[in-house]
Parts: sequence; structure tokens; C-alpha cells
Amino acid sequence: MNPVSSFKPLKNSYQQKIFGLRNIFSTKQFILLLTLVLLSPLSWAEEALPVAEDPAIEKRMLALSEDLRCLVCQNESLAGSRADFANDLRREIREQLKANKSDQEIIDFLVSRYGDFVLYRPPVKPATYLLWGGPFVFLLIGAGILFFYLKRRRKQIEEPPLTEEQHRHAETLLKENKGNNA
Amino acid sequence: MMRFLLPLAAFIVLVGFLAVGLNLKPREVPSPLIGKPAPVFQSQSLHEPERILASKDNLGKVWLLNVWASWCVSCREEHPLLVELAKSGIVPIYGLNYKDKRDLALQWLSQYGDPYTISVVDPEGRIGIDYGVYGVPETYVIDKNGVIRHKQIGPVTIESLEKKILPLIKELQG
Amino acid sequence: MIPELGNFALILALLLAITQGTLPIIGAARGIPSWIALARPVVQGQFVFLAIAFGCLAYSFVSNDFSVLNVARNSNSELPIQYRIAASWGSHEGSLLLWVFMLAAWSVAVSVFSRHLPDEMVARVLGVMGLVSVGFILFLLVTSNPFDRLFPAALEGSDLNPLLQDPGMVIHPPMLYMGYVGFSVAFAFAIAALISGQMDAAWARWSRPWTTVAWVFLTIGIMLGSWWAYYELGWGGWWFWDPVENASFLPWLVGTALVHSLAVTEKRGSFKSWTVLLAICAFSLSLLGTFLVRSGVLTSVHAFATDPTRGVFILAFLVIVIGSSLLLFAWRAPKVGLGGKFDLVSRESMLLANNLLLMVAAGSVLLGTLYPLIMDSLDLGKISVGPPYFEAVFVPLMTPAIFLMGLGPLARWKQASLPELMLRLRWAFGVSVITALLMPFVMGEWKPLVSFGLLLAFWIIATIFVSIQQRLRNSGQGGLFAKLAKQSRSYYSMHLAHLGIAIFIIGVTLVNGYETEKDVRMEIGSTVTMGGYTFRFNGASPVSGPNYKAMRGDIDVLRNGEKIRVMQPEKRTYNASGMAMTEPAIDTGFLRDLYVAMGEPLENGAWVVRVYHKPFVDWIWFGCLLMAFGGMLAVTDRRYRLKMHSKHVETAAVEDGKRVTNNNTGLATGGRKA
Repeated sequence: MNPVSSFKPLKNSYQQKIFGLRNIFSTKQFILLLTLVLLSPLSWAEEALPVAEDPAIEKRMLALSEDLRCLVCQNESLAGSRADFANDLRREIREQLKANKSDQEIIDFLVSRYGDFVLYRPPVKPATYLLWGGPFVFLLIGAGILFFYLKRRRKQIEEPPLTEEQHRHAETLLKENKGNNA
Repeated sequence: MMRFLLPLAAFIVLVGFLAVGLNLKPREVPSPLIGKPAPVFQSQSLHEPERILASKDNLGKVWLLNVWASWCVSCREEHPLLVELAKSGIVPIYGLNYKDKRDLALQWLSQYGDPYTISVVDPEGRIGIDYGVYGVPETYVIDKNGVIRHKQIGPVTIESLEKKILPLIKELQG
Repeated sequence: MIPELGNFALILALLLAITQGTLPIIGAARGIPSWIALARPVVQGQFVFLAIAFGCLAYSFVSNDFSVLNVARNSNSELPIQYRIAASWGSHEGSLLLWVFMLAAWSVAVSVFSRHLPDEMVARVLGVMGLVSVGFILFLLVTSNPFDRLFPAALEGSDLNPLLQDPGMVIHPPMLYMGYVGFSVAFAFAIAALISGQMDAAWARWSRPWTTVAWVFLTIGIMLGSWWAYYELGWGGWWFWDPVENASFLPWLVGTALVHSLAVTEKRGSFKSWTVLLAICAFSLSLLGTFLVRSGVLTSVHAFATDPTRGVFILAFLVIVIGSSLLLFAWRAPKVGLGGKFDLVSRESMLLANNLLLMVAAGSVLLGTLYPLIMDSLDLGKISVGPPYFEAVFVPLMTPAIFLMGLGPLARWKQASLPELMLRLRWAFGVSVITALLMPFVMGEWKPLVSFGLLLAFWIIATIFVSIQQRLRNSGQGGLFAKLAKQSRSYYSMHLAHLGIAIFIIGVTLVNGYETEKDVRMEIGSTVTMGGYTFRFNGASPVSGPNYKAMRGDIDVLRNGEKIRVMQPEKRTYNASGMAMTEPAIDTGFLRDLYVAMGEPLENGAWVVRVYHKPFVDWIWFGCLLMAFGGMLAVTDRRYRLKMHSKHVETAAVEDGKRVTNNNTGLATGGRKA
């Protein structure tokens, strides 16, 4: 591809890790360096430019597209996907951000075209009340059951005293368990 | 004891949903644009780059907008049907050549036939975004008032044509 | 010939599975010793035939027999040999064969390591596993035969998905399946207990090590999957809350609850019906995961090629297996005794509360995973439920669980006192709060979420210290090491697993809080600096692998001007499929990973390169390994080893108890005095 790399010996990274430390200025590498400098004089040791023209907008775009779903990839976010479609939508979001649109306006724009399906954070509406409320309902029900179960359980257990045989059995069990407390 | 039956009850509900789910198509995302005015666009003609075509020219008639590209494999599947439909003259088909190269697109049309009354280009997929295109091919049925009435996701098939698209066109034209 | 042999072996295995699923169970019910005695040899026979079937499939892959449909679709003659072997379980059919093969392996293990169990019990357990096996082998033979021929044979195969051509993918599925399938043992024990009505501490003691081993495999399997996603998908994410990931996480959550609940049932005889329900749930969720991945009802990056008949078949199988077990549960569970008495504040109730939180978390993940399906089937529109939802729900649920995780091991059985616990843990709490508040400053920037995450982690660590310290104080005479050596392995295993959680939380918190990422255009010779490291791009050169061509970037990493290593990320294109893959280069370190991935080529040999600095990211997987190691240690505890060699369980256990009595007046057992 580029002239420099064509004669560079291919070592595996392990070898390079070992030898690379000591031979920073080995002949081969010196030639390499020299060639690099000669071949691309303008770019030598320059700080690489970010791909994004405007890092601030890029950051907002990424934050926004983390929570949006790429439709063609089925289950990747717009931020994570390398698909062409995701690229287009990222470009669209970038352009709208540049035009001073708010995050909400952009989300509305996308929802009006692709539906709620693009949102990884489902909107709160009657059809999703169960989704958003579900976990807390589960927790409340569970805690309620647990509390009443424990209370009732204590009462039930207190009533029938252990039979002789049960008592012996329990003793054996307790003995067995000494020392094992994990 | 009723409470010991609760797990079973929950499981039965779950199975109900899973059974219905087997017949659903999770890959198809319905368009929220159905029943809404088709987004207005203006773009170059595929055949004559200097000609600018606008979607509002189509007001007053029922038309199909078919999104296609020469790189799209399943477009080849539906293409003979579109060519046939165009020959029948039932409805004008407008082609939106999506993210394609002009020469490849023209070559493709000359090879497989050109069913399009008019073809416009969308080299960067911007019109596609407006229409909520997320795969090619897609086909939209647009009525006389410029409202989107139906969206076919994926290739048009004989079945979808006969069961849905043609009856709808007849109804809209009538 | 070989595929036909495999097919024939599979049919024979089915016949043996049918025998295994019927005669021993009937024999146990009717008291027919010869039928009961059938269980072990039949299990071993089934294993042999499934091994032959699996060997035949692997042979077809290794020998590039493209007249076998499965091979033609998932392999290629250029594919390196290790991936040809791994391709045997890369497809839907092959992975299912691996599933039943592992089920047979677990069954054999049960048949061998169950000498101390009553024969009727073994017959029932193996019988239930045989019935599960019947379902899966039928599924294979009817809808997904891996030995189907292709006529005429293909000249060349269409290759294994490049994403799967990776060492991590070679071992990830077997580990995960070992976990899924392993829960079938706990399930079979639970069903056997329900059938026989014998559900006591002995039963819990028998099924506990099996459950723990399955849990260990599942933990490692999930960890490997996450690690694979991290280095193979090319953008450094490690968990996506994808339906398929959730499908593996659900049995893990329930399995974790089960491991804890079994501990109570074994020690205190309580929660019996709850434990049985959990055992049924854990395996049911493994089966549900199989359904979700293979039926196409949910969209996922990982889903197998799907086909509706398969979905119908598995759903029917689910209904039969899960439905009948839950019915059996509803019928028999009400007769189960309640076990020992305990107070509202006690180690039992804390474990129960933790169980509840784990189950609510599992329920929420299940709800989120299935909600799109639920809405779609009610025609309410299509939605997506993704990471923002799961994070919003999961973290608040796990917070109290982690708080309890610190409290539980210090609380007494039967009856504990909250004020006393608070007194004992006030230092642990203080230290963890202060450390959590200060630590983020060390990392460079104070962030509330980081502080919060660290608080949870330090709380766990601090309580472990308190627990060990107080335990040693009560361990009688002797030096520190003598005292340390006195504690049982199961005691250490618990703390190790909990420490694993803490390490995991630290990893997640710090990488989320302080990860940096740069997406740059790198000209030849240009540099990018991040987290104190400078990356210098020396260009990219073409290389060819066994079945792909790639552009390999050459990037020097410098620290303080000194070159410390070379990173060589690749952009590959696989010959057979033409699929492009990003193969990042990762420099793994104790405190950080450097992660470099190639983007697209630009003019003049320049490339778009993504560079990440990910502090503490490896702690995520290291934490998982610690958890798994804790589980392994628990299984090797003295009381299980002793039993292996002795038919007289009770005697051995009692002696075991006596031996440790005098050094065991400590905290955890202190409840007995109350």
C-alpha cells in the first residue's frame, strides 16, 4: 500500500515487544525512520487530527446516538454500528446539531420517520407503563409477600412443637453443619 | 393452595405471548409516516442530470415510489414484477435511486428493464432519511393528496401485490 | 458413510434416552430394583453414542466433507483446523448436538458421583435428565439434523462467520452450555424430590455442589462472551443487554439466587419449596434462552438462522417440560415442611431478601427483553428496549442487594440484632464511605456515579475484612496463619466470590467513569496522545492470513518518549465470505487497557484510527473469574470430598462436625446458642 511498509519486516508483536525496547535505534529502524521522514516530511510526528471537525458536536452526537438503535443492524446502537445506514444517520444528527437543534428536536425528527423503534430508551406512555413500572411493582409485591410470609411462618412454626423424631433429626442436622458456614 | 399455582399461571401467560410472537416479523419496523403527507423532495433526474424533479408534481394522482439501487440484490427479485406492473399502466412508478452511482444504475436499468415513469437520484440517502428508508428495496403507495397510504418493506411479491398493493391502488383511484 | 454413522448413533442415543426417561422412574415408583438399576448403564450408553455422533460431525468438519449441508454452510477448506473443529458447534444444528452431548456428560457425572445416594433417588434424577434428553434429540432429528446431506455436494463451503473465528469463540459456547445444561442436574434433583416427596437437608446437600459447578461454568461462559465482544467487535464495549446476552444472564441471576437459597435449605432446612421453585426456574430460563435464540421471535446480533417449525417445536417442548414441572410443583410443594424457625432479622431473612432482589432483577430483565414482543403481539406498536432501560432498572435493584451482601455473612442464623450489626460494621461503613469519596480524586476527577460505584465495592471489601477479623478472633488459640488455616474452604469460597463482585464493580465503575476515546486521522508518522501514552502511526501494510487478507497497522506506543510496545491492529477481509472484520490490538495491563482499532483508509497511506484508554477494564473479567474460582473452592469443601469416598453420609458428616466443633464458636454459627 504505502512504500514504507513494503520493506518493513513483519515480526510478531511479541518479538517486537522484547526487542523493540532495546533496539530503538537499530539500523533497520533508523532506515525506517529516515524513510518515514523523507517520504512524508509534512506529517512527521504531528499530532493526528480528530476525525470530527467539531469535537463538541461530535461528543453530543455520540451521546445522543448511544441511545438510538440502528434499524438495519437489528441490535446495535447508532454510535456503535459501522453500517452505512448508521453513518448516514450520524451525519444527519451532526448536521442538525450544527444547525442548533436541541437533542429533543432531533429525537422527534427521528421518531417521526422511524417510530419509537429507534429509541433504546422507550418513551413513557400508557403502553409502556408496565415496562417502566414493572420492576418496582415486582419489588413491592415481592417485599409484601416476603414480609407477610415471614410473619405468618413464625406463627405457624411456634404452634406445633417438634416430635421426638424430628427433634433428633434436627440435632443430627445441626451437628452436621457445624463448621460449614458459607 | 392457590399461591403455588401462580408460577404456572405466569408461565402460561408467557407461553401465550411467545406463541403469538412466533408469527410476528421482528425485523419489520412499521412506518409512522403512514397516513401522513409524503415528505416533499426535489432532486436530479437519473437519466437527465440537469433536470430537477419535484415530488409535488405528482399531486392529483396515485403513484408508487420504489426505492432501489444497483447494489441491492433483492431488488432484482422484485424487478420483473415492477416491469410488468409498469407495462399494465395501472399506476405510475417513480424510482428513487438510493445511494448509487449513476452509471451503474443506468446500466442496471438497461439490463433488467426500466419500469420507472421517472427516476430521481438520492446519492447521499437524504431523501431516504426523510421517508424513513432503512433498507432497499422499499415501496410506498401515495394517494392523490400526497399522503402515504402503505409501505412495502422488502421486495414486492406477487402475494403482496395482489393482496394489498393493487386493491389499495384501485380503492384510491376510484 | 461417517455422517450416516453419526445419524445412526444419534437415533440409538434417542432410544436409550427414552429408556432412561421411563423405566428407572417407573421402577422407582413401583419398587422394581432391576429397572432402577438400569439408570446408570443406560446413561453411560447414551453418552457413548452421543460422543460417537459428535465425533462424526467433528470429523465431517475436519475432513471438509461438503456433501454435508451443515459443513457446506459453516466451513471452508481454507478454514484453519481449530476453527473447523469449533465450527462443529458454530451452527444451530451443531450447537444443539453439543447441548445434548453435554447433557449426557452431566448425566454420566451424576451416575458416577452418586454412589452415596439412595438408588431410587439416582434413578429419578437420571430419569428426569433422560426425558430432557429425549426432547432435545428429537428436536435435532426432526427439525435440525446436523447430518443432512447436500446433493450434489458443494465444491466449497461458504465459511464460518468470521466473528466466530476466534479463540474466545472456540471455548465460549461449550462453557456457556455447560452452565445451561448443568442446571438440568439441579432441576432433575428438584423434580425427583417433588416426585418422591423427600425434600430435606440431605437433598439440598446433594444438589448443592452440582448447582455450584453449573453456576461456575455459566459465570465463565458469560465472562468469555463478554470478553470476546470486547476484543472482537472492535469498539470496546463489553455488555450490550442484547436479548441473547440477557438470555444467558437470566439463568445466572436465578442460579445465583438458587446457590444461596440451597445454602439455607442445607443448613437450616428452610425455604425448601422456594429452593425447588428456583431450581425449576433456573433450568426453565436456560430452555427459554434456547427458544429465544433459535426461534427468531427477538432480533439480536447473535441469533441463529431461524425457522418457524423449530420455534413451534421448542415452544411445545418448553410447555411440556416447564408446564409439567410447575404443575408438579403446585401439587407437591404445599406439603413441604417449613424448616427451622428464624427471626425477621436473621441471616436467613437477609438471604431471602437477597433472593427476592435477584429474582426481581431477573424478572425485570425478562420483562425488558420480552416487552417488545409483548407490545407487538398486542398490536401496540414496535419499540426497542435497550441499555438505558436496563441500566436504569438494574442498578437501583442491585444496590440494596449489595448492601445486604455485606451484612448477610456477619448476621447470625436464626436471630440477629440490627443494632449489634450496625455496631460491628460502623467502621466498615465509615471506611468505605471515606475511601469512596476520596478515590475519584486519585483518578483525576470527582464524579458522583464513580463515587457511588466505589462505595458499593469498598463496602463489600470492608465487610469481608470485618468478617474475617471477627471470625479469627473467635477461633481460639494459635497464630494468625494457624487460625486462617482452620477456616473451612466454603467460608473462604463465599468471600472470594463476593470479592469477585467487588472487583467487577470497580472495573465497571472506573472504565465507565474514566474511559477516553479518540477517533483520529493518522497520517504516517503522526501521533496521538492519551492517558500519558503516545501512539505513533507507522503506516499499514498488507498481510495475508490462512483465509483472509488484511491491512495491518503498525503503531508504536511511547511512554515518556520511550517506546514500550508495538500494536498491530488489523482490518481483515475474509476470502470466502468477503466479510470485513476489525481486529483491534489490545495492550492489556493491570490498571488499564490500551485499545487500538483501524477505521477506514484515507489518502497517502493515512488511516482513520480509534484509540481507547480503558482504565481497570480487565477487572471486570477478573472479578468474574474470582466468582467462578470461589464457586470451585466451595465444591472442594471437605464435607463434599468426604462423601465421595463414603457411603455412610451421616456418620461422615457428624464426624466432620465434631472435628471442627471446638474452633467454631464464632459468629456465623453463633446463632445456635441463641
